[in-house]
Amino acid sequence: MSTSPRILTLRVLRSSPVEGEAPHWEDFRVEEAEGMTLFLALTEVRERLAPSLQFDFVCRAGICGSCGMLIDGKPGLACCALTRDHGTTITLAPLPVFELIGDLSVNTGKWMRGTAERLETWIHSAAKPDLTAVEPRMEPELAEAIYELDRCIECGCCVAGCGTLRMREEFVGAIGLNKIARFRLDPRDERSDEDFYDLIGDDTGVFGCMSLLGCHDVCPKGLPLQTQIAFLRRKMVAVGLK
Amino acid sequence: MTGSIEQTGLPADIPDLPAPGRAAAIPVSATRAGARLRKSRWPARLDLLQSVSGLFLALFLVAHMFFVSSILISKDAFHTVARFFEAAWLFGKPQPWVVSVVVGVVFTVFVLHAWLAMRKFPASFRQYRVFSEHKAQLRHSDTGLWWIQLWTGFALFFLGSVHLYGMLTQPELIGPYESADRIWTGTMWPLYLLLLFAVEIHGSLGLYRLALKWGAFEGRDPVHTRRRLRVAKTCFSVFFLGLGLVTLLAYVQLGIAHADQAGQRYAPSVVGNVAVRN
Repeated sequence: MSTSPRILTLRVLRSSPVEGEAPHWEDFRVEEAEGMTLFLALTEVRERLAPSLQFDFVCRAGICGSCGMLIDGKPGLACCALTRDHGTTITLAPLPVFELIGDLSVNTGKWMRGTAERLETWIHSAAKPDLTAVEPRMEPELAEAIYELDRCIECGCCVAGCGTLRMREEFVGAIGLNKIARFRLDPRDERSDEDFYDLIGDDTGVFGCMSLLGCHDVCPKGLPLQTQIAFLRRKMVAVGLK
Repeated sequence: MTGSIEQTGLPADIPDLPAPGRAAAIPVSATRAGARLRKSRWPARLDLLQSVSGLFLALFLVAHMFFVSSILISKDAFHTVARFFEAAWLFGKPQPWVVSVVVGVVFTVFVLHAWLAMRKFPASFRQYRVFSEHKAQLRHSDTGLWWIQLWTGFALFFLGSVHLYGMLTQPELIGPYESADRIWTGTMWPLYLLLLFAVEIHGSLGLYRLALKWGAFEGRDPVHTRRRLRVAKTCFSVFFLGLGLVTLLAYVQLGIAHADQAGQRYAPSVVGNVAVRN
């Protein structure tokens, strides 16, 4: 016996800072399909009901991190969120903290670049890079550990899920701390813990974290943010006690 | 990690870099290799001090609950515990000032911990509102628990101070009748009831967060450990709230029974406790 498909109501917080359009909720009704994701539902809305609806996507597979948004109040990726896991009314809002482009689209790239510059999240080495030389060998376990932290797709969900960062926007957030943890692991990066302390050794860095763990719980990639932040805290306190 | 910058697709000369919409701790121009100022070590020490002071207070809380609940065994048992802290076993006769010294140390750590913890409080109405809305929107358990920790901590500023000041200035009035009279005839039971809930909830949440904050007991499966820590936190709260309520009820009953002779000091029925023997 077949059941009729659900009619979903997507309640979208719409706005357009460029056109001066004030934030307001707008409802769109779509028929739920088998295995439908929010990305598919939003695409249908844009194609049939609201061509001006703004939302970002690239990969549609949870890899690019473009479609981060607040789904029923929780940060998540629209392309990974199945509509069947939600009620018939789903509220969608843009991620907070980031610069709003319009509707569900935010400029995470600008924020991420600012954080990368601030925390100097690149390999620091005094050696002159030789682009033709074979890279030094690395133990597979170490490479795996670095890769584990490098899986961050910079979607911004951890930023939106962090109560500390919402209160204090100068806080580097889990994404910044995770990147420091990643470069600290990398033997090609010659920075010491003292150097990392200068980047995150205050209340805008690792000591500002209140261990609310919203970041860890909303990360769509399941990064070990809880353990990495605790690890960094121990290392940075060790520097502070020297 | 230059890739992470490049993948934003943004040109390198964006005018409002380095920290869009945010105040960087250090200007990027000052963070270039060789040009960076050495950052103060105090944030690390203060962070550690907040945790250590919290741990000390939580452990004291546990010991304190067992000491005061000795009234459930007998009046003599509590009398013996109370006199023990007056160090008659050391000085030959009870010295209430020893209790004041102990309370003074606890009070000092209490104030220190409150001062350190205040750094994490919302510092403006905007921060308060943002966090409050974030908590309601996210419906995330640990975020909600922190809010409870915040408000129980705030309540302890007052409730804990009243209790500690009383113990600091009247150390000789700790005993079965003395404490029961204070609680019932002195109408301290409402304060102690509120204090009990605030301190036990705050303490259990604090210990739980302390373990997460420093990665204690992480083991091979931190997710599983966190679940177990939550169970332990709840058990801690339930056990000590239960013990505290039963103990407070015992003092209230004793206070009611002793109301006619309020102010009368307790004399042990068995000459055998440390204080009397010495």
